[in-house]
Amino acid sequence: MCESEEGAPSGGRTRNIGARAPAEATPINSESTPASLRHRMKRGQKRDDKVEEGGGSVSGPGPGAPEVCKRLRRADSEEQQQEDGEVDWGQLPEEILLQIFQYLPLLDRAFASQVCRGWNQAFHMPELWRCFEFELNQPASSYLKATHPDLIKQIIKRHSNHLQYVSFKVDSSTESAEAACDILSQLVNCSLKTLGLISTARPSFMELPKSHFISALTVVFVNSKSLSSLKIDDTPVDDPSLKVLVANNSDTLKLLKMSSCPHVSPAGILCVADQCHGLRELALNYHLLSDDLLLALSSERHVHLEHLRIDVVSENPGQQFHSIKKSSWDAMVRHSPKFNLVMYFFLYEDEFGPFFRDEVPVTHLYFGRSVSKEVLGRVGLTCPRLVELVVCANGLRPLDEELIRIAERCKQLSAIGLGECEVSCSAFVEFVKMCGGRLSQLSIMEEVLVPDNKYGLDDIHWEVSKHLGRVWFPDMMPTW
Amino acid sequence: MPVNSIHWFRKGLRLHDNPALLEAIKGSDTLRCVYFLDPWFAGASNRGVNRWRFLLQCLEDLDSSLRKLNSRLFVIRGQPANIFPRLFKEWKVSRLTFECDSEPFGKERDAAIKKLASEAGVEVIGKISHTLYDLDRIVEQNGGQPPLTYKRFQTLVSGMEPPEPPLEPLTRELMGNCVTPVSENHREKYGVPLLDELGFDTETLPPTVWPGGESEALMRLERHLGPESSTAWQENFERPKMNSSPLLASPLGLSPYLRFGCLSCRLFYYKLTELYKKVKKNGSPSISLYDKLLWREFFYTAASNNPRFDRMEGNPICIRIPWDRNPEALAKWAEAKTGFPWIDAIMTQLRQEGWIHHLARHAVACFLTRGDLWISWEEGMKVFEELLLDADWSVNAGSWLCHSCSSFFQQFFHCYCPVGFGRRIDPNGDFIRRYLPVLQDFPAKFIYDPWNAPDDVQRAAKCVIGVDYPKPMVNHAEASRLNIERMRQIYQQLSRYRGLSLLATVPSNHMEVVGVNETQGAAAPPTRRRTRSGTSSHRVRREHPGSNGAKHHSARHRHTLSHRTSPYTTQSDLSDHAHEFAVPQQPGRLIWPVGGGTGKREREAEHNGCHGDDGPSSSS
Repeated sequence: MCESEEGAPSGGRTRNIGARAPAEATPINSESTPASLRHRMKRGQKRDDKVEEGGGSVSGPGPGAPEVCKRLRRADSEEQQQEDGEVDWGQLPEEILLQIFQYLPLLDRAFASQVCRGWNQAFHMPELWRCFEFELNQPASSYLKATHPDLIKQIIKRHSNHLQYVSFKVDSSTESAEAACDILSQLVNCSLKTLGLISTARPSFMELPKSHFISALTVVFVNSKSLSSLKIDDTPVDDPSLKVLVANNSDTLKLLKMSSCPHVSPAGILCVADQCHGLRELALNYHLLSDDLLLALSSERHVHLEHLRIDVVSENPGQQFHSIKKSSWDAMVRHSPKFNLVMYFFLYEDEFGPFFRDEVPVTHLYFGRSVSKEVLGRVGLTCPRLVELVVCANGLRPLDEELIRIAERCKQLSAIGLGECEVSCSAFVEFVKMCGGRLSQLSIMEEVLVPDNKYGLDDIHWEVSKHLGRVWFPDMMPTW
Repeated sequence: MPVNSIHWFRKGLRLHDNPALLEAIKGSDTLRCVYFLDPWFAGASNRGVNRWRFLLQCLEDLDSSLRKLNSRLFVIRGQPANIFPRLFKEWKVSRLTFECDSEPFGKERDAAIKKLASEAGVEVIGKISHTLYDLDRIVEQNGGQPPLTYKRFQTLVSGMEPPEPPLEPLTRELMGNCVTPVSENHREKYGVPLLDELGFDTETLPPTVWPGGESEALMRLERHLGPESSTAWQENFERPKMNSSPLLASPLGLSPYLRFGCLSCRLFYYKLTELYKKVKKNGSPSISLYDKLLWREFFYTAASNNPRFDRMEGNPICIRIPWDRNPEALAKWAEAKTGFPWIDAIMTQLRQEGWIHHLARHAVACFLTRGDLWISWEEGMKVFEELLLDADWSVNAGSWLCHSCSSFFQQFFHCYCPVGFGRRIDPNGDFIRRYLPVLQDFPAKFIYDPWNAPDDVQRAAKCVIGVDYPKPMVNHAEASRLNIERMRQIYQQLSRYRGLSLLATVPSNHMEVVGVNETQGAAAPPTRRRTRSGTSSHRVRREHPGSNGAKHHSARHRHTLSHRTSPYTTQSDLSDHAHEFAVPQQPGRLIWPVGGGTGKREREAEHNGCHGDDGPSSSS
């Protein structure tokens, strides 16, 4: 019964709105709205139903206009009848209206826009359309609703030149990825600062014909000229399209996230680093990382890098990985002493050969699969800048010495997370004692801690809390 | 005026520790115990054959125990709301008793029946005995909201009186002059039906691993204190070990019996205390020893006032995650065809026997949701509801909320590996061989990832992957990489934390622990809500090493500033980490789950230019 309430009727309702007054009443997806807002919406609709049943006219304000608006409208028409009717809400200065509208979610703005001409004009003020998130979902592949096609049309028609910060959230279907490309290729007269293509489930951009995707993306590159942030993880972007990006946006580009873009080569990303001197954040896969890239990023003309994220992913077991020279990392650290190096490892145990042989300036280290005791031992020796360490799993041998070494050598370490690992309680207490209060995040699954003759599981939380200077408990999963 | 009572069995299918049942016989002339085979209940929950078999066995057992008291069980086909008025008249009923149901739909149903009863002049008595505690009191103690973390729950509970001791079972003596009028055609009219009478195919039914019923439950409980007490000790008090957990059904297992109420949780609670004292001789057990029972209690509490506890949409404690809709992949998981032997063996055990170990639950739940398939936990919950004997509505939904990191602030960085996790628990793969005979002849080296076995090994094992057993349906490395990243983005949006960290984005457990900083004399984090109540966890000692006080104070202070990620606070301190993806925040957007977004601050973030987070939106 709840499903029907949530699903079809409200969908039908929004479509209805769109059909009745496409310009004013803007159908939008209710799915992305916070729960409280959705409730308000529902209430609004119910109220409206009552009005229709009672034969009241709804031609002016659209369905579901907030009660307040109705009351105001009544006050308007019945003029002086209300006691404190001196305030004419319809005559609010535009600036104030803008302020108010900024705090309203789109749906409420749409309702408000049906109150009077002035509010309707305010609804279309460019300031309110700088930022937009297109949600593209298909009923067959997602539980979420999509941005209504009429709204998309309206934005392209009336507001595309206002758009500056745009993101696309796309589900796992190819249709949705295609729809995103369709919109992109129509954004010819806008100057975007930010563009994000975000796959919310299985990455679907990869399933598009490459040429189709590239031509849509380059429309934005060519027209925008002042892109500052670009997030295109898991897409078929390629070297030539990056060249177009660089040719048009090299002065403004600050952030580029392109993890898992298999069609880009090390040369392609090098071209970006060579020419976009303002680049401060970069995310890519390890196969694109090269000594040349690091040297380019540490050239004199280049601003300090703030964040570099590297995903090290194994495509098939036993894959060979190249290594990066210590001198290149050193150059990076000299150029940007404060930069964060975030590394995510998704490797089989036997693929770690080239890693952690020399010092590496990694700050955030995430081992997403099993990692051997030996490699963790090397981490303690080679990662002096380490701030955060997450180990999802390691073998069956306890990590006692490794952790203690990390506590000893990694003086910046302030966050650690352990999943399927084992550490003896004594070693863990020792580790915490050595790190002390600088451990601001300590996320340890309860099963990780192996009781020994010194500490049992009931003592350890107290012992650790004592050394941390705050109350601490291991993480627990339900034992039901 | 004679007093005629009906005791209405729903859960609580037992004669021991049944306070409502004892109320029914108090000064009463007749007692009739009824159970409704309720199409509303049964149809909606779509339980599988194992659960039906278990239920019918419970009812059989109940009937035979009642016979010993010269009474009978009346199994009534139909819906209580339709049938009660007729029964009230026919049996001249003056009193109706039942065990209180804490779950929202149960409460709704009971309220309706109460109304019917009062219209018919029938007195209604409900008693709490499915849970250890009065859940409303826990909620009340927590300021009107159910606690959102287990630790918080533990703290609350440890400050309360211990659960009431179990009551004596119903006996002939207690019955006294109270009788049950039984007609000639009782079997026909009110007998416990057989499985095949309900239309189940009993030919292909696997043998019973978990026989239902109060007698069985009590026998199992006795074993805990008998010769098997050392195993019982291990199973109840020792934390699950990763590498030696019993994956097979244990003859000591009790969870299905607790779910149907064949066993009173209070009786179990006190037997555990007894067991502890027997083994440990001195000392009384700390509250954590009752973890298993308390997790159950925790979920009942969390669900008690939330009718949408089992949904993502409209559920105020559930994070909205854009799960994939993928019926084919879901079916592969449910039907044990994922191509990951560890996952498939567990799902086979579940389907055949109706129970799996809790580590196995973690494994398959993680695989379906945030680990590999990115499918909604609601779908998994429905499958468990059908197959799992102990899947009570609250407990089942609550566990899935946990496993999928949709609520209760679980760490999301850690995905159970569908290969490595099982290998650690059972390196030899005996569990897999038992449930997936097709892989029987694979060497232990490849039994968790048979697709990596060379062709000759596959041929020698008489099982070619892709022909005799499916290839793995996902690339775990790739899937978990994507999923971790998505979870990170979702949690970052929630907490408005823009850092790099995977850890800091999850509100950590201790944020909810009450009163600790105050009792230690340090400044409490300023934005904490609900820091009242003098109850401090008994696991938290109050004294604090004085010499380090100052240092720790500053550390704590920094902590609360840079990682204020509790959903009860707004993340406003962005200076350190304002870097991620540049989209200005929309002003006035609400933060989950309660509002308090400081629009002004957010607008400032927009004005000073660039770097916001991945996913604010104007359409939301």
